[in-house]
Amino acid sequence: MSEHYARPVAGHVPVLRLGDVLLVTLQGDLHDGMASQLQQDLAETIAASRVTGVVIDISGVEIVDSFLGRVLAETAAQTELLAARTVVAGMRPAVAITLVELGLTFPELRTALNTEAALALLAQPVVANRPDGEGRP
Amino acid sequence: MQEHEADATQASPAREVGDFLRRRREQVAQRWADEPLFRTVFTVSRDEAVDAGRVIVDALAQVADAQRIEDPDAAGFTGVREQLARMGAARSRAGLSTTQVSSELAALLPPVENLLVADLAQEDPERRRECATALSVLMGTLRLVTMQTALSENQALIDRQRLQLLEVATPVIKLWDGIVAVPLIGTLDSARSQVVMETLLNAVVDQHARFAILDITGVPTVDSLVAQHLMKTVAAARLMGAECVVSGIRPAIAQTIVHLGLDLGTVKTRASLADALGYCLHELGANIVNAPAEGAVRR
Repeated sequence: MSEHYARPVAGHVPVLRLGDVLLVTLQGDLHDGMASQLQQDLAETIAASRVTGVVIDISGVEIVDSFLGRVLAETAAQTELLAARTVVAGMRPAVAITLVELGLTFPELRTALNTEAALALLAQPVVANRPDGEGRP
Repeated sequence: MQEHEADATQASPAREVGDFLRRRREQVAQRWADEPLFRTVFTVSRDEAVDAGRVIVDALAQVADAQRIEDPDAAGFTGVREQLARMGAARSRAGLSTTQVSSELAALLPPVENLLVADLAQEDPERRRECATALSVLMGTLRLVTMQTALSENQALIDRQRLQLLEVATPVIKLWDGIVAVPLIGTLDSARSQVVMETLLNAVVDQHARFAILDITGVPTVDSLVAQHLMKTVAAARLMGAECVVSGIRPAIAQTIVHLGLDLGTVKTRASLADALGYCLHELGANIVNAPAEGAVRR
């Protein structure tokens, strides 16, 4: 199982493990096939390695369409099922505006300004991390 | 009228007017130079006014030749458009209303018409009348072109100023490390709220802000459209990992929002900017405490 993030094959997005957290960095254009593949890779890796958090850094992504947006939301939901938390980090302003204009606000999605903030968020206890910020300490 | 249309091909009134304009170019230019419009625009020298008049007469003759005396988009006008705009703008700057400029332009017609009538004295009256009509139609088109150009200049000015207003009206203020605020003033329309959203989100990235405060103290009314814009901005900021607080909701606005049945449930709101700042500081773990009351102890 571990070869999924140890040796990225062409068409796969590398999944890096940092302690208890998986880090995925998306760059440039992401094809629909790659996005689906990443979703699958992540689920298998989480199930196999018992991590507690996933950080998806999308600061290098210029364009997010409704499909990729849905993949992000679904990935977050499925990692939740596997008892891990997903944080989407570093979304660009243009991307955020596009998603909101498309009507995709993802109220359940955890977000952070950058990877550092995302790791800090994941380091906090689980109960404190309600996405609407109500429960922040 | 019908048979005139039919045999108009060899020398239509428009052609006739074109020929006349070319023939009398010098006289027309000289007469126009004495009209108030030219006299006031070209104050430096009369020659300049005559030159400008010649250029316009040439353009008119060209339009008449092309048989397009009623068409303000005729090719002949392209060259003089800028000249006409300059003249119109100069009169507007002098404090004349659009109507006054228009009537000054209309005053250009009588001198030319007199010349034309004198020129065609031998022709039969019907022919003379037709030519005079063609000339006045042509002058009317010239007037239209000038006003059009002047108005589009004004429109460009308004557009430019609206852009400037958008820029000055949406400053993003850094209140603390990790807290930015936008004081919104005036009515929010979709164009403005788009600019607000963009500048706010860019500031969030630039300043690594965890909190963004939207202060709507200066927004006179909140309707469903404004509320929708606010919710969009809040949602976009949240997607980027920042939390948005809407502050400055006056009692009247709170009532309106409730009356309209708008659901701002997902948006964090505070009564004043101070409250919002206090909330953000608390969330950042930087609480404000009163300084120890030294004065009281010493007294």
